[in-house]
Amino acid sequence: MIPSNFNYHKATSVKDAIALFQNHGDEAKYMSGGQSLLPMMKLRFATPEHIIDISKIEGLSYIKEDGNLLKIGGLTTQAEMEHSSLIKDNYPIFSDAIKLTADPSVRNVGTIGGNIAHGDAANDQPALMIAMRATIIAEGSDGQKSIPIDDFFHGFYMTALEPSDVLVEIQLPKTKKGSGGAYHKVERKVGDYATSGAAVYLELDDSGVCQEIGIGLTNVSTLPMRLSRGEELLKGKKITEDLIEQVGAFASEDCEPTSDLRGSEAYKRSITNTITQRMIRSALKRAQH
Amino acid sequence: MKHTISMTINGESVTAEVDSRLLLVHFIRENLDLTGTHIGCDTSNCGACTILLNGQSIKSCTYLAVRADGAEITTIEGLSAEGTNHPIQQAFHDQHGLHCGFCTPGMIMRTVDLLKNNPKPTEEEIRWGISGNLCRCTGYNNIVKSVKQAAEEMQKESESV
Amino acid sequence: MFKCKTSPEVGGMGHSVKRKEDARFLHGKGNYVDDVKLPGQLTMVMVRSPYAYAKIKSINKDKALAIPGVLAVITGYDLKEYGLHWMPTLLSDTQMVLPTDTVMHQSQEVCAVIATDRYIAVDGAEAVEVDYEPMKAIVDPYKALDEDAPLLRPDKEGQKDNHIYHWERGDKAKTDEVIAKADVVVKERIYLPRIHVASIETCGCVASYDKDTEKLLVYLTTQAPHAIRTVVALVAGHVGLSEEKIRIIAPDIGGGFGGKVPVYPSYVVAIAATFLIGKPVKWIEDRSENLVNGFARDYHMDCELAATKDGKIQAFKVSTLADHGYTDSSANPSKYPTGMFSICTGSYDYEHAYAELDAVYTNKSPGGVAYRCSFRVTEAVHAIERMVDKLAAEIGKDPAQLRFENFIKKEQFPYSSPLGWSYDSGDYKATLEKAMEMVGYDDYKKEQAEKRAEGKLMGIGICTFTEVVGAGPSKDFDILGIAMFDSAEIRVHPTGKALARFGTKSQGQGHETTYAQILAEELGIPYTDIEIDEGDTDTAPYGLGTYASRSTPTAGAAAAIAARKLRDKGKKIAAHLLEVSEEDIEWEVGKYFVKGAPEKSKTIQDVAFAAYTNIPPGMEPGFEATHYYDPPNLTFPNGAYICVVEVEKETGSIDVKRFVAIDDCGNIINPMIVEGQVHGGLTQGIAPAMYEGIEYDDEGNVLNGTLMDYLVPTAVESPHWETGHTITPSPHHPLGAKGVAESPTVGAPPAIANAIIDALSPLGIKHLDIPITPAKVWEAIQAHS
Repeated sequence: MIPSNFNYHKATSVKDAIALFQNHGDEAKYMSGGQSLLPMMKLRFATPEHIIDISKIEGLSYIKEDGNLLKIGGLTTQAEMEHSSLIKDNYPIFSDAIKLTADPSVRNVGTIGGNIAHGDAANDQPALMIAMRATIIAEGSDGQKSIPIDDFFHGFYMTALEPSDVLVEIQLPKTKKGSGGAYHKVERKVGDYATSGAAVYLELDDSGVCQEIGIGLTNVSTLPMRLSRGEELLKGKKITEDLIEQVGAFASEDCEPTSDLRGSEAYKRSITNTITQRMIRSALKRAQH
Repeated sequence: MKHTISMTINGESVTAEVDSRLLLVHFIRENLDLTGTHIGCDTSNCGACTILLNGQSIKSCTYLAVRADGAEITTIEGLSAEGTNHPIQQAFHDQHGLHCGFCTPGMIMRTVDLLKNNPKPTEEEIRWGISGNLCRCTGYNNIVKSVKQAAEEMQKESESV
Repeated sequence: MFKCKTSPEVGGMGHSVKRKEDARFLHGKGNYVDDVKLPGQLTMVMVRSPYAYAKIKSINKDKALAIPGVLAVITGYDLKEYGLHWMPTLLSDTQMVLPTDTVMHQSQEVCAVIATDRYIAVDGAEAVEVDYEPMKAIVDPYKALDEDAPLLRPDKEGQKDNHIYHWERGDKAKTDEVIAKADVVVKERIYLPRIHVASIETCGCVASYDKDTEKLLVYLTTQAPHAIRTVVALVAGHVGLSEEKIRIIAPDIGGGFGGKVPVYPSYVVAIAATFLIGKPVKWIEDRSENLVNGFARDYHMDCELAATKDGKIQAFKVSTLADHGYTDSSANPSKYPTGMFSICTGSYDYEHAYAELDAVYTNKSPGGVAYRCSFRVTEAVHAIERMVDKLAAEIGKDPAQLRFENFIKKEQFPYSSPLGWSYDSGDYKATLEKAMEMVGYDDYKKEQAEKRAEGKLMGIGICTFTEVVGAGPSKDFDILGIAMFDSAEIRVHPTGKALARFGTKSQGQGHETTYAQILAEELGIPYTDIEIDEGDTDTAPYGLGTYASRSTPTAGAAAAIAARKLRDKGKKIAAHLLEVSEEDIEWEVGKYFVKGAPEKSKTIQDVAFAAYTNIPPGMEPGFEATHYYDPPNLTFPNGAYICVVEVEKETGSIDVKRFVAIDDCGNIINPMIVEGQVHGGLTQGIAPAMYEGIEYDDEGNVLNGTLMDYLVPTAVESPHWETGHTITPSPHHPLGAKGVAESPTVGAPPAIANAIIDALSPLGIKHLDIPITPAKVWEAIQAHS
């Protein structure tokens, strides 16, 4: 229940954060919301010697549309996303996911950037990022970098971010006519991590043909997973029930879940099939409005 | 490593020197002797430690005291003036929304934020809204009724202003 | 139905008065053990074993003691010097306080670090170096009796294997004969896994020994303060702790449910620590420590139910393997090692039954009855109610109809059950009829038929249970020899207000209100004028505490009888004041009046005042009464619960659409509080039915020892409960009341299990053990397709 000793530093800007980080090197970690990191520290699974609190940096909490992009500041809290009318009205895939993430009090503090930067395939946001082909903008000692989501997740708790990089912005496609997204995860109880989760984002052209499709899966592989085979099958086509069923089958075949307290591998594969299909149908419905 | 922090707690200014690793819930309970906020778990699940920080409900066991520098905090002790009941407290009393009382402060503080964001919640919205606060005694039925009554009372109060 | 005798202002039985204790809890002014701060207080943190079974080769305290603020590290060897390293359990086994050579379960206490504050103590605990030599743990109780299983308790004289005891009740030969000849026999092995009660407040204590006065004060999360005091005196008497100098205070308790009855080793270590150091020592466990210490259930029950081809039950046989962990520290009455399990014959009228049980040692935490189980009634009822549904399915009879045809009839009470209980009263038919009406049973049966025709999975589950509470008559019921009576002591002040103390201890049950209501009923003093106090052994009369739904049946009865003693004394005073003879005085709630001349009256308040100011000659002054109540029998609440579920075939997900609970707990003191207790128990019933179960791997590691994976229901998982009552008063209880709070944890799991299994029955699925999760349902569906 009690973290081991560490030194706390409050960063006042991104530059300041990076400088502090470089000062303290290997044993430093950034803390934004801390809702994933601090519990690990309390159980002493993580024992950083230096914590650099980036949560107070101004100007990194925003949700805005800019050109053909939706831009979300890395320190935007889950609650800010949840209560944003822009998100609720135009990007319901986020509302789907956030409702199922942790609980309201944790969401008041936890950040979207933190949820992605943690590098945990069990978190919900990565699947959305994959589905929407996000670009992650980070700032580090070597300047600003723009990381496509497919280059972002490297391993268990490992991302493309250098240790001293701060995730400052997430860029996603702005909603348009014919676009729609949906997310669902099966969980053992409210607030749990996913037994399996599926995020689907698609764009239909005026004749109803799918021009863009992204499918991301939660907690059924070591890394947050893209269902490439499913995307290839649907791209450029009118999405039919038959195709949806095939994609569901791909999802169950291509994911790599492990048997654990949430269920057997077979069960998880089956659930992944079911919810991938359901999310395609939901995304379609939203796209057709 | 020690830090000097200042904050407002229940309307009063507080300044203290704290260790980096001091959890906000321990600062409240041990340094400030405000023991109404409780500890019920070590993994951020139970919500017994819920307080308001800058008007939002947070789990004070998963928050560093140093980070709360400059914040405005309300704990259960500061929800109403002594000898009076906030409508939420009154509602919990009227609707038998508590048994042992251990989850109650956290549940009440969470309800403040819930109703701020959603003044007329449905039963389902209430249940999802308090999903981060565990109760072992009440079976939740009467907590839901308490939140409903509080919502109605607070709506009336805000309409009559 | 019950008709209130008192006005709402007086607030006697039947009134849903608001709770008197609420104010402090609503304002964060409760006084729980972790809120206690004594001057000079130190903090104790336990070092715990990561292994389920291991030899301790060495414990190195040096690094820990080198941390500034760490004052001591106490090991089993330190306690051994005082003979305190082992202690007796409530069932005459022995339990380690701290080990000297072997640890027996994961998370067992190994040594204690005492420091000036909690943060330093945790650092100290991490710095203690323990060298373990892990051994192969016994995790499967069926393997505990294997030839090659290690002897887990070589410390016990005469112990040759891991068998603790064999228990049986009933006529085996006759029961076997009836089963062999029966038209229909249904069999099943039913497993109820370990669960943990997880009250939101964990366990803890502040122990403070004063070396000058030689007095020990312990603030303790306990449901039974007096019993603890006596146990401490017995266990530690040889070091000089004498019972009159021990004070146990159970302040506000954040939920008990049985989890705060045991004497946990850490309490004893804290007491030893303060005794040695002379400063207060606080110990509060973390949740992850809490979840792996103590448990409930863990019964493997082989059941056989025999009936005629029409479904008339003829015999029931249960053979149980009970996994007790490494010692039998189950908090049962001493003559009842299996608690009230023999109530397993249920609500049905038949003659033959046999129950036997073998308890074994394994490398798991000890315990057994700590989760609102009413001393194993949860296990007993789960067994019979699952089997009754199995029987119904086997012969193709509606489960409600089968129950009606087998119920003990109202006229048959007091009823002698096949295994020796004398059920006091009940109208099982009426209770089930009410449940069926409230849920709309016939409509759901129709809907089910329609849905089944469409291939949908919809289930209706019933549980009709007989509970047994109120332990208990002194000839049969004792804890470590102390008879299980309970007590009430009432003191009425000159101004007519009262203070009453009890030997029980509420952990949220509302005693400050309900006891006041009993006294209001009996004395006519408004409940708002009566202060209730429990939990301080220096002031409260001796009692055995609150668990197993015993408070109303025992201390509630004591309150009524003590009040009646007061009333009788009051009658004499009234006669004196009204200048008539005692025979001419009549009583009507709160008032004595002259027979035939009701305008000549004195209130109870007048009489109380007179007891101090105008005492009848020869009478003892004051207006006080105490009663220690030795119940003549237990009480037998009953209930009928009906659950409706829909199961999604593709995913196994389960939707509880309705749950109706009709309880019969006799006369009700406060309907609002009783309803609240039922709600709470129902949520603690759906918990083991669908969410909770402690899981182990082959090495004895607990896999879900935090609230992340031990799935305590939130408000989302907890359905909207619907409740109601029938009322069949207990004929032997002074208030006709029976006790209720564990009925819902007894009745809900079988109702829910029965519903889910009913939903799956068209697929050929006949039984599932709880917790029934979507994953489990999915696997079952795959296995049957």
